Amino acid sequence: MADDGARMATTHQRHTRARLGAQTAQPLRRRGSLLAELYRSAVGKKYAMAISGLVLMVYVLLHLAGNLKLYAGAESMNAYAAWLRVMGEPVLPEGGALWAVRVILIVAVIVHIAAAAQLTAMNRADFASRTMRWSGVIVGLFIVYHLADLTFGWLNPNPDFAHGSTAYGNVVASFSNPVVAGLYIVANLALGLHLYHGAWSLFQSMGWSNPAVKPWRRGFAIAFAVVVAAGNISFPIAVLTGAVA
Amino acid sequence: MELDAKIPEGPIADKWDTHRFNLALVNPNNKRRFRVIVVGSGLAGASAAATLGELGYHVTVLTYHDSPRRAHSIAAQGGINAAKNYRNDGDSIRRLFHDTIKGGDFRSREANVYRLAQLANAIIDQATAQGVPFAREYGGVLDNRSFGGAQVSRTFYARGQTGQQLLLGAYQAMMRQVHQGAVDLYTRVEMLDVVVHDGAVRGVIARDRLSGELLRFAGHAVVLATGGYSNAFYLSTNAKMSNATAIWRAHRRGARFANPGFTQIHPTCIPQSDLLQSKLTLMSESLRNDGRIWVPADPDDERPPNDIPDSDRDYYLERMYPSFGNLAPRDIASRAAKRMVDAGHGVGPRKNGVYLDFADAIARLGSDTVAERYGNLFDMYADITGEDPYRVPMRIYPAPHYTMGGLWVDYNLMTTIPGLYAAGEANFSDHGANRLGASALMQGLADGYFVLPATIGDYLAPRLGEELLPTDHPAFVATAKDVQERIDRLLAVGGTRSVDWFHRELGRVLWDQCGMTRNQAGLEKAISEIAALREEFHTDVRVPGDNEQLNQSLEKAGRVEDFFELGELMCRDALYREESCGGHFREECQTAEGEALRDDERFSHVAAWGWQEPGAEPSLAVEPLDFAHVALATRSYK
Amino acid sequence: MDLTLRIWRQDGPESPGGFVTYQVTGVSADASFLEMLDLLNEQLTEAGDEPVVFESDCREGICGTCGLMVDGKPHGPWEAAAVCQLHMRAYADGDMITVEPWRADAFPVIRDLVVDRSPFDRIIEAGGYISVPTGAAPDANAIPVAKETADEAFEGAVCIGCGACVAACPNGAAQLFTAAKIAHLNLLPQGQPERDARTADMVDTMEQFFGSCTNHAECQAACPKNISIDLIAMMNRDYARAKLRRRGGGAMT
Repeated sequence: MADDGARMATTHQRHTRARLGAQTAQPLRRRGSLLAELYRSAVGKKYAMAISGLVLMVYVLLHLAGNLKLYAGAESMNAYAAWLRVMGEPVLPEGGALWAVRVILIVAVIVHIAAAAQLTAMNRADFASRTMRWSGVIVGLFIVYHLADLTFGWLNPNPDFAHGSTAYGNVVASFSNPVVAGLYIVANLALGLHLYHGAWSLFQSMGWSNPAVKPWRRGFAIAFAVVVAAGNISFPIAVLTGAVA
Repeated sequence: MELDAKIPEGPIADKWDTHRFNLALVNPNNKRRFRVIVVGSGLAGASAAATLGELGYHVTVLTYHDSPRRAHSIAAQGGINAAKNYRNDGDSIRRLFHDTIKGGDFRSREANVYRLAQLANAIIDQATAQGVPFAREYGGVLDNRSFGGAQVSRTFYARGQTGQQLLLGAYQAMMRQVHQGAVDLYTRVEMLDVVVHDGAVRGVIARDRLSGELLRFAGHAVVLATGGYSNAFYLSTNAKMSNATAIWRAHRRGARFANPGFTQIHPTCIPQSDLLQSKLTLMSESLRNDGRIWVPADPDDERPPNDIPDSDRDYYLERMYPSFGNLAPRDIASRAAKRMVDAGHGVGPRKNGVYLDFADAIARLGSDTVAERYGNLFDMYADITGEDPYRVPMRIYPAPHYTMGGLWVDYNLMTTIPGLYAAGEANFSDHGANRLGASALMQGLADGYFVLPATIGDYLAPRLGEELLPTDHPAFVATAKDVQERIDRLLAVGGTRSVDWFHRELGRVLWDQCGMTRNQAGLEKAISEIAALREEFHTDVRVPGDNEQLNQSLEKAGRVEDFFELGELMCRDALYREESCGGHFREECQTAEGEALRDDERFSHVAAWGWQEPGAEPSLAVEPLDFAHVALATRSYK
Repeated sequence: MDLTLRIWRQDGPESPGGFVTYQVTGVSADASFLEMLDLLNEQLTEAGDEPVVFESDCREGICGTCGLMVDGKPHGPWEAAAVCQLHMRAYADGDMITVEPWRADAFPVIRDLVVDRSPFDRIIEAGGYISVPTGAAPDANAIPVAKETADEAFEGAVCIGCGACVAACPNGAAQLFTAAKIAHLNLLPQGQPERDARTADMVDTMEQFFGSCTNHAECQAACPKNISIDLIAMMNRDYARAKLRRRGGGAMT
């Protein structure tokens, strides 16, 4: 009698295996640290994308604010660029704070791209968010060029390029070339689109949907994307039109 | 044959309690030695499976749906009754009992109905704890509304989708047991026969709807919770797949069928709009709380409804039944509508409806409140008819909706086959000749959550140690062979007409002769017409495809074949019962005012029919009904 | 009216499928879309052909059995309606209509327009309930629930499990279905004790079968019950909470 339950179960399981139209789930297991466990799921990866995206959003906004010094003239802009290298002194060594920021940004970019790639791979219908994918790729390639142009100076046409002290001249030299200016404009349009969907997705992925937030999520995403994209695009236009020289 | 209803002794209020004390118990460790098969996953089936699983039994659930959540209980709209008396309006268990007996026109078993009224409160508690989102008041307590046939507000509701929410609660509780391994769930299998051996049920035969394979399931007890048979009428408010096959095949194996002629025609459905319509849509009875029913006083009045002044309207329910008005019970409201339409007062393009008008309610409450209460029903109506019920009165007409008849069961819900139980609409037990609104959900859940889990143990306890009948036993083999032969026979007819054609024809005969009103000549005519149609079905039906795949024509053919036999029994029962009671209205038996005239001398009993090959008079057993607590009286809703 | 139908026919899960064109005649504008298919099937049967296999049951938009892609839209052109609620008033004589089954990896085609949606049951089974054995419930009014809370929970509870959200999603994700049940139960006071375990187990089970969300909101547009993707946001939040508190799931090993 003790094996009766087992015998009954076998009779029935034989039916189950033979039958169509009833998919079965794997048993759930928990393993690894809390964060690793969260990250293993697609929802967790969306979280990682949202948090890294948020870091990058804060950065692009500060980056824009700093660059507005372009309109205050060469002296102001160059002084600001030089300050970036000494900020945090004397607690930190020269360039320390700057590098700390850079490390955070590098980590955020890696997490953002890795999570995006893994999510795309996980999706059975190999589709992902098409807009986000191509806008993300354009922005990613642009960042590489942008660093080579204005951060490291490898591609910058300014013969006097020097880290920090010649920022104004570097920008003007670069944007004077209509091809480069056009590239910046196109890339920032892609960035705007990316930020619009990203900023809105941020609320969704982080689960910020309470009634106080809900009504202005969409508006915030639009405003954020427009401010950043328009601000950034204004620089090459200003240089090309001679408003900044 | 003697029918022993096994009604416990003692005062009515103590019967259930006494009975539960006297029932044999199965020790918790022994429960896992028993397997119970539950057929159907609606309110009664899912709640029974969940509870039996929680108790420790091995349970097998069979459903022909792709998911148990699709069962037709999901479509119940209005609500569920319970005598909580949260409104302090004079409700009590006794009153709910009284209303249900009276509403059933004194053709139900007092002890069962009292138990139902007693258990109702615990259903509300259970469902609420499961997270069923019943309507609430601003203070956070549960809201109630009133319903047809009652003068108190005792109906709990979840917008216009109470059945959906209660079913999902029971489904979820059952899925929890599936997860824990207590319930084995089989989807897309259709039960086609019960296996009876040595005087008791031993299992069932079910067809895998996708592969055509006949599966054999052995169990110590079997519960049929497979719903009602309104689809015998073809056009009804039931879901397309709802059918009588499980209970009918059990009937053919020896389970008596009680009061098959007691069918409920629901007063508030959307009238038929074209001849090829596949089903009728119910508009919840709760609409009658705020809507007023009327027809033009002049049958030739062709004006649009909003142009007809009050003085030219006949609010006939308010006129004929002043104290209940638009909330008169279903059978009465339906017959009144039929009378109006038959007298030429019908409205709409086919003159086959009456108006249900919300203009007064919208003026009194505002359209926001009306939308809050009935919004989803109004939207449903607008989708189907293309008319806006906020501006134009709805058109409604009665339609087959629920069947009070079903397998005869004793107080333990056991049929006349030992070990075979019937629960919910599949049994005949609690509603007599007419079911009150919001009582079907109550009965299905009372049976499943509370009655069966207690009574099944009493049957199983003495069988401890009994092995399941092996599925290769000759009894299983023979039954499976019968089922296979029936399938092969249907596929081999190779006639010219579709199954639906025959179903529509059968439905037309039943609706015309065994619908809202019946008479001897019509019923006799129906019996011979059904016999002729059945003959034609067996020679001229075309069932395309084969058995080894998903074949909906084959499935329907089997169900319609059963409806032919059941339809004949419905007519025979209606012919036998020479009285009018509840939904059963014999034209020969009415008062001068056209109200139902019961004959308590001759018919205060349950008529339980035995199986007989069609064409001959089946054997009848009667269970006398004793009314010790509610005085037999002519129902009056005036 | 007379119509031309392009319908997906497929004999079985392993068979190749394809579109077949049919003419259906004498369709009433009052008929529902499924009644139009009934009519086609009756015409096919009487002509000796095999009828088109499609599922439906209640035909009033509540059971969730039916589900067809009509001209590329789940449940067809009407907003907030299941395909059984779609009526032929939406079409004109001579129209051509394309009818397909749900398309999603997790919903393999069984025959013609019928698919296997059983992963939905697996998600519910993983935790879509409040564990309260029969008989253990307190009085229904013992736990007051604010009307607003009850109404909000209802927004999730209305899901009919039809699968339109999955069919609409470019990723074949079932976030809206899962989020609807999680929101229904997690918003109510009765649902709090199991909130973390429920969310973690349901989401983890969901991800075994379905793609992930990329915030397209196509599901919301396709939902016959107008369920909002705000519920997905809530699910995401609850999931992170569940995972980080390490209370998620009864299956910890």
